[in-house]
Amino acid sequence: MTQQEFRTVQGGRIDRDRPLRFRFDGRDYTGYAGDTLASALLANGVHRTSTSIKLGRPRGIFAAGAEEPNALVQVEAPFPEPMLTATTVELYDGLVARGLGGQGRLATDPDPARYDAVHTHCDVLVVGAGPAGLAAASVAAASGARVVVVDDRSEPGGSLLGTREAKALDWVASVAADLHANPEVRLLTRTSAFGYYDDNYVVAVERRTNHLGASAPAHLSRERIWRIRARRVVLATGAHERSLAFDDNDRPGIMLAGAARTYVNRYGVLPGRRAVVLTTNDSAYAAALDLLDAGVAIAVIADLRPSVSPLWTERLADRGVEVLAGYGVERVVGEERVSSVVLAGGREFEADLLLVSGGWNPVGALYSQAGGKLRYDADLGSFVPDGCREAVAVAGSANGTYGLAGCLAEGTGAGRAAVEATGFAAGTGRELPAADESPVTPPAHTWVLPGDETVQFVDLQRDVTVAEIRRATGTGMRSVEHVKRYTTAGTAHDQGKTSGVLTSGVVAHLLGVDVGDLGTTTFRPPYAPVSFAALAGRDRGALHDPIRVTALHAWHQANGALFENVGQWQRPWYYPRDGEDLHAAVLRECRAAREGVATMDASTLGKIDVQGPDAAVLLDRLYTNLMSSLKVGSIRYGVMCRPDGMIFDDGTVIRLAEDRFLVTTTTGNAAGVLDWMEDFLQTEWPDLRVHCTSVTEQWATIALVGPRSREVLGTLAPDLAVDNDSFPFMTWRDTTVAGLAARVCRISFSGELAYELNVNWWDALALWEAVLAAGAPLGITTYGTETMHVLRAEKGYPIIGQDTDGTVTPQDLGMDWIVSKKKPDFIGKRSFARADTGRPDRKHLVGLLPDDGETLLPEGAHLVEMESLPEPPVPMLGHVTSSYHSAALGRPFALALIKGGRDRIGQRVYAPLGDVLVPVTITGPVLYDPEGKRRDG
Amino acid sequence: MMLIPCPWCGPREEAEFHYGGQAHVAYPSDPAALSDEEWARFLFFRDNPKGPFAERWNHSASCRRWFNVVRDTVTNEILAVYKVGAPRPVLA
Amino acid sequence: MAGPGSDLPDHPDYLWRNPEPRRSYDVVIVGGGGHGLATAYYLAKNHGITNVAVLERGWLAGGNMARNTTIIRSNYLWDESAGIYEHALKLWEGLEEDLDYPILFSQRGVLNLAHSLQDVRDSVRRVEANRLNGVDAQWLDPQQVKEVCPIVNTSPDVRYPVLGGTYQPRAGIAKHDYVAWGFARAADALGVDLIQHCEVTGLDITDGKITGVQTTRGRIAAGRVALSAAGHTSVVAAMAGIDLPLQSHPLQALVSELLEPVHPTVVMSNAVHVYVSQAHKGELVMGAGIDSYNGYGQRGAFHIIERQMSAALELFPAFARAHVLRTWGGIVDVTPDASPIVGLTPVDDLYLNCGWGTGGFKATPGVGWCYAHTIATGEPHPLNAPFSLDRFTTGALVDEHGAAAVAH
Repeated sequence: MTQQEFRTVQGGRIDRDRPLRFRFDGRDYTGYAGDTLASALLANGVHRTSTSIKLGRPRGIFAAGAEEPNALVQVEAPFPEPMLTATTVELYDGLVARGLGGQGRLATDPDPARYDAVHTHCDVLVVGAGPAGLAAASVAAASGARVVVVDDRSEPGGSLLGTREAKALDWVASVAADLHANPEVRLLTRTSAFGYYDDNYVVAVERRTNHLGASAPAHLSRERIWRIRARRVVLATGAHERSLAFDDNDRPGIMLAGAARTYVNRYGVLPGRRAVVLTTNDSAYAAALDLLDAGVAIAVIADLRPSVSPLWTERLADRGVEVLAGYGVERVVGEERVSSVVLAGGREFEADLLLVSGGWNPVGALYSQAGGKLRYDADLGSFVPDGCREAVAVAGSANGTYGLAGCLAEGTGAGRAAVEATGFAAGTGRELPAADESPVTPPAHTWVLPGDETVQFVDLQRDVTVAEIRRATGTGMRSVEHVKRYTTAGTAHDQGKTSGVLTSGVVAHLLGVDVGDLGTTTFRPPYAPVSFAALAGRDRGALHDPIRVTALHAWHQANGALFENVGQWQRPWYYPRDGEDLHAAVLRECRAAREGVATMDASTLGKIDVQGPDAAVLLDRLYTNLMSSLKVGSIRYGVMCRPDGMIFDDGTVIRLAEDRFLVTTTTGNAAGVLDWMEDFLQTEWPDLRVHCTSVTEQWATIALVGPRSREVLGTLAPDLAVDNDSFPFMTWRDTTVAGLAARVCRISFSGELAYELNVNWWDALALWEAVLAAGAPLGITTYGTETMHVLRAEKGYPIIGQDTDGTVTPQDLGMDWIVSKKKPDFIGKRSFARADTGRPDRKHLVGLLPDDGETLLPEGAHLVEMESLPEPPVPMLGHVTSSYHSAALGRPFALALIKGGRDRIGQRVYAPLGDVLVPVTITGPVLYDPEGKRRDG
Repeated sequence: MMLIPCPWCGPREEAEFHYGGQAHVAYPSDPAALSDEEWARFLFFRDNPKGPFAERWNHSASCRRWFNVVRDTVTNEILAVYKVGAPRPVLA
Repeated sequence: MAGPGSDLPDHPDYLWRNPEPRRSYDVVIVGGGGHGLATAYYLAKNHGITNVAVLERGWLAGGNMARNTTIIRSNYLWDESAGIYEHALKLWEGLEEDLDYPILFSQRGVLNLAHSLQDVRDSVRRVEANRLNGVDAQWLDPQQVKEVCPIVNTSPDVRYPVLGGTYQPRAGIAKHDYVAWGFARAADALGVDLIQHCEVTGLDITDGKITGVQTTRGRIAAGRVALSAAGHTSVVAAMAGIDLPLQSHPLQALVSELLEPVHPTVVMSNAVHVYVSQAHKGELVMGAGIDSYNGYGQRGAFHIIERQMSAALELFPAFARAHVLRTWGGIVDVTPDASPIVGLTPVDDLYLNCGWGTGGFKATPGVGWCYAHTIATGEPHPLNAPFSLDRFTTGALVDEHGAAAVAH
């Protein structure tokens, strides 16, 4: 355990009474509550945190916030998390981390943490709780508006936290207290706004428990996504200091001047004992003064400007610090750590720290995502906001306004404008603190210093040097986007926060063009990295997509059903008994349906109640066949096509009254059919007086199938005349079944005598149990979707979506009979007259019998004409859509879509299965009971 | 995530809506009278402008009503909202 | 010590000239994306036509070529699609040598997962069709899926469990920028003028024949004009009075930080909407869903990204604490049957290549080859003949959308 030798004696916003132990790169250290991993490492004299990705050069802590390009770490405990910046990892007891040169490591164990998301709406969203943001929030909150303030740090204050502006920090505390106390205001710290989407939809991630380490309560979500819809947005996102390109500008011990100031003031850490300062602007002088006051010697200030601020020069001179105007750095001595700095002209200064300020870049990422334009301000030497269509304002240093007084004033103005724009009378915020402003001397516009371009780094994380950029421009590239891609500058973890504008500057310098004309690369979400888990939130596992189950689901589970996902529904697939596999169970279930009685839960069928005087007209237009001629009390099968003539859905239509039908759809397509009807009714035929309502989950449906089904129904429905003449095929009756109000339809999807019993959803279990009890003496058998598929396939009934695929017409299925010749039009009719739908060699639905009587063709297998395969591409005839073992036929069979299939009935074709060609014979699609004798029992 | 002003419910999140493509494409009154080319145009050809586009949206998670919107396909700015059957508004 | 990325091959020191546009060319290609550059290269190389200009309104290959997830495969269902994509894959296999450019083509295989019984049927159907078309394809059961990609969650606790998958071993990924620059450099070396920041503002048509283009850098006369403008095709074609069955949609993608290798192949799933690979330096590259509405903004909606992440973690729980570093959007031009349109137009000497939707990158060399043939000879290459514009009139669609439902 080392001492914190570089900790100041006092000061800083850390809690010296709460020491925290942590381990970095295998060594144990202590820091304090309030530290980041970076500040704690610096307090222990550790600058070097990593080795660079490409060149293997030592790299150290360079910044103090989210813009850090070097100090990437892998957290190993309490739970592995790849690639975080040491400057944003809040220290907690037991943290174990290591420096990363390149790749992070994912955990192999499942992440135990929870993640969630919250929606919120507000009048004014303020992003950034620095001076400008707090000033804006203070006014907005005082106006009675609903305000949300987000800031990515652990406490509000922004750049002020890195200063010794006592009055301003008092003001920060007062405003924060006001905001916390105001019920209309939500102040979210540790929350990064990372995306700005259409219509002021801003998304942010709140890190809720990470700073607590292993003591984080398990019931709290670790990270939370805030989905914020704001009427007005104020962006007070601050500015990032940027570096300069000079020789060996990547050595550990080289740090942004503002970052060093933050380490001294906020964390009570001395980033070194003796510093050289290299700057293009005034801001580094304030940093130098603060470091001096904390006990860091300043060896010299090298200012690239030929004439520097007399005021600052005097202030430094008073402290015995030399300011050299018009001087840059020639080279840096020391590989693992700066040991001295040689200035242009050769003077060498011993130093363990080199502070750099190459100017400031307003953080324009969110503004740019909002569609805001940026323009290069030649006076400031940076890109600043220049107009946006969204209701957004930018305030403070994000707007290129760098003095405290200016930031406060601009924030106040932005807050006032935002509330007034949303209809509030602007209130009065907390009185602003007085801020002394020193006159500003314009910055120098320098990107590159003379030297060896191969060791002048532009993007530290990607090891991109000026020489690399020169190579890129030498290839013929003129666009900064090309240079970025060629060199990878700006593509690393920091997404170019400190290097992006510098890259543009260097490219402009090399090409001799104006950096403003060159522009920057595009800012994309997220502003800062966001974990996959946070974005996924709670939508995982069972919550990834809704699970729909029928009223009988618990019964199915209790009785050993295996389930199949059909759309969002879970349907019983089959009910294995005593170690049966699918094959054995289905043969048994099929046999019961063909020879005795069987029952299934058909409740997932889509059901739409279609009512109104013009209901029949609507159905005539949507179905290929005539529905208006259907008699009340009767049922008709129908097919719907898309306008392109391809089958869309099928099902039965029950006429309940002159003006009322019940339409059933396939399980997966119920919502689609309802949408289809509503679309036509609202947009094409608003004159039709029809209403459609989904009743899928109002009616439970139980299929009762088999030659002995009539006996079971007769037992259960004493009021119902069940003989064939009284209750013929394709009719329905309202009656009482097992004491329950029920609608019984005589429909068959198996070819057998069969009924569908419909009752209220909540009566389903009572009916089901009654059916099973009544059928028990006859050996009633429950069956699932697989058996249903076999039974219908034996009869050649297609399943839409299995035997069709969006390229199949009713005629392709051999269902010309269902396509009305009488109706002048229906949806899809015109398409049947197109050249392609009239081709004789279209694929037809046919049956297939493997010649050996034993081979079960895989569904999806293809058919060819030849007995041996030529070199590919092999001409194909079509494919197997359905294939089963048939108990009734005593052999396997299949349905297939085959080119010109109906003209090939009786022909032998071949199914290539692996290396074998299996001979099969094409038949008609109806293989079982082609005469339809079993339908009436 | 656009904020789409449903004429019946007010402004709601884009995720509540279902997109319906170009507005003002009527189902032909007599499809049989159309040539194959004309029918193909109805089936498959829709405008695809870069800029203002009159299009259909359905508030499927709420009132389930269809309505029309003029939206700029570059900025996603919604320039007008109007009911089915109304003519496309003339924008300044 | 050198980290990951240090072993990636260097780019050449020289790529292209930046010529001023001449007043006239034999062929003007509108659009300097991957397809336009490949077309120019094959026009010069295969057909000896070198008096060619590629006009790009922005920077070369800055559209979908710079924004896609770089997946390359040819396991399409229909014969027509398999034909052109397999032709492309064969060209990919020799492209590094042909272009003398390290495009990082990595045949690490592509897995397409199946999550329902119907998915399984459709997958087997596609595998069987692929094999007969000479496309390498296998059906894998869940255990085999796990062997190919150990981090896929094949347990039953997924909302839609993995029931198996199709696998194309020859499929993989390449580095998109490298591909574009390889074609650009090779085309430039053969004499093609690559002209950037030159937006076409009008098409000059006389008596039903195109004679040149109007641009922001003046008029350029052309014997033939070939459109290759991807998401902006409708805008350019409208200048010739040609309506197309295209809709331009936003499509988003994203990358993570660099991670130690965990993902050895490419995994795609339609039901649980994911497609993801781990690129050479270690970042996860992932495609999100397509936004439903038309859009030219190169940006999509956030809920699409959230949905994408929940799907990714369903199948890859190990990704939980990976971070999204960057998301972006492209503009995909989609046809009603999700297949491209490549061929002639009603205007003489004006050619069309568009509608690739999400399939454009993987087709780059194949379509460049065929489109160049079409432009050079005035007749469609047999491999792009099925992708004519008139299929929408006859109804002879190549319906990858309806049937295959694997559209990336």
